[in-house]
Amino acid sequence: MIQTDILIIGAGPCGLFTVFEAGLLKLKCHLIDSLAQPGGQCSEIYPKKPIFDIPAYPEILAGDLTDKLMEQIAPFKPGFTLGERAEFIEKDDEDQFIVTTNRGTKHRAPVIAIAAGLGCFEPRKPPIENLSDFEDKGVEYIIKDPEFYRGKKVVISGGGDSALDWTVFLADGVADEVTLVHRRTSFRGHPDSVQKVMDLAEAGKINLVVNCEVVGVDGDGKLEKVTVKHKTDGEKGIEADHWVPLFGLSPKLGPISDWNLNISKNSIDVDTFDYQTNVPGIYAIGDINTYPGKLKLILCGFHEATLMVQSAFKRIYPDKNLVLKYTTVNGVNGFE
Amino acid sequence: MSKDPNIIKIVVEDREGKHHELEGPTDMNMNMMELCKSYELPVEGTCGGMAMCASCHMYVTSDHDLAERSEDEEDMLDEAFHVEDNSRLGCQIQLTKEIDGLEVKLAPVG
Repeated sequence: MIQTDILIIGAGPCGLFTVFEAGLLKLKCHLIDSLAQPGGQCSEIYPKKPIFDIPAYPEILAGDLTDKLMEQIAPFKPGFTLGERAEFIEKDDEDQFIVTTNRGTKHRAPVIAIAAGLGCFEPRKPPIENLSDFEDKGVEYIIKDPEFYRGKKVVISGGGDSALDWTVFLADGVADEVTLVHRRTSFRGHPDSVQKVMDLAEAGKINLVVNCEVVGVDGDGKLEKVTVKHKTDGEKGIEADHWVPLFGLSPKLGPISDWNLNISKNSIDVDTFDYQTNVPGIYAIGDINTYPGKLKLILCGFHEATLMVQSAFKRIYPDKNLVLKYTTVNGVNGFE
Repeated sequence: MSKDPNIIKIVVEDREGKHHELEGPTDMNMNMMELCKSYELPVEGTCGGMAMCASCHMYVTSDHDLAERSEDEEDMLDEAFHVEDNSRLGCQIQLTKEIDGLEVKLAPVG
């Protein structure tokens, strides 16, 4: 069991900065994020995009902002549970929250800060009616172990790097048959990977099916066939043991919506006094929360984090007085 | 009162088939994703308008002559579903006088 003072759900900019403000008050933090790296949207969606409204930075790349935040919070030695999704929450008899991830990792803390942005990133699923019937029965949204596909007939959909890279990898003596389905003739992946796929198609080592999308899945208990629809030439079936649709990730509020929090339009209602939710001890900051006048800006999230930890301190140490100390006076005293 | 020369009319058909008449300002550097959001229509705009997600996917149903899809937009449409020839990302349609009377239909949520 991981014990901490503030358990932060979401390691985006707002969650990361919470560690700093909490650290100044000598509160320890641990972060959970469904992505494999910290930074949230900044590192997952637009690391190379410049941001222009971070005070004192006329321009900073989203990826660099993440790096700087990691540097800023390093003295406070935050813990991370990455690549896992916060799933269940319960309370023990000492008024502490226990949060369990989808992989069973347990965390215990008197205060929870939900800084989950737009939610957790999940694979985008094609809108095919009976798709869920075949999930884990031939339809997978991520390739965990390529060996799983040895000797199998595999259909991959998508036009980005993961679709291209896995096509190349599986075609190299792993799968028995690889088909890549894409909605147009050009690909957005790395030019090298595109070339490799074109070469494999030329050599007859993969089936490249362009201007098509998969519109149907079929089979008796497990996947046996996918149906692809051509832009102009109608539909045809392709035999398949597996179909791997790779259409990127999109954020979903996910399990948090079952935590008995008041939610309006996919955002968590908070009191602007301290950004606490309707459940005492659970706070929500950054893009995930809503209140009259809310703006979804990183800079507003930083402000919310700062006020939130003051309230968290009083919840954890009701008898201690808190005095605002400027970092210019005392510097930053990290944890041993 | 005379008509504001910087306001254009846009018609948006939502996913239930209901039509909404919106007034869009052409002098606020706004795009269709933002306009839809300002009317609280169900358009996500996850990435905030950088053509880096596909959550503002819509179909242009009037015959306006829009600027062609950029390579970035084309790339992102790869992550959308039900892409048609008239598919666009709302964030890439700037509100200008030229698109006065534009009609769009929100694409299904993928």
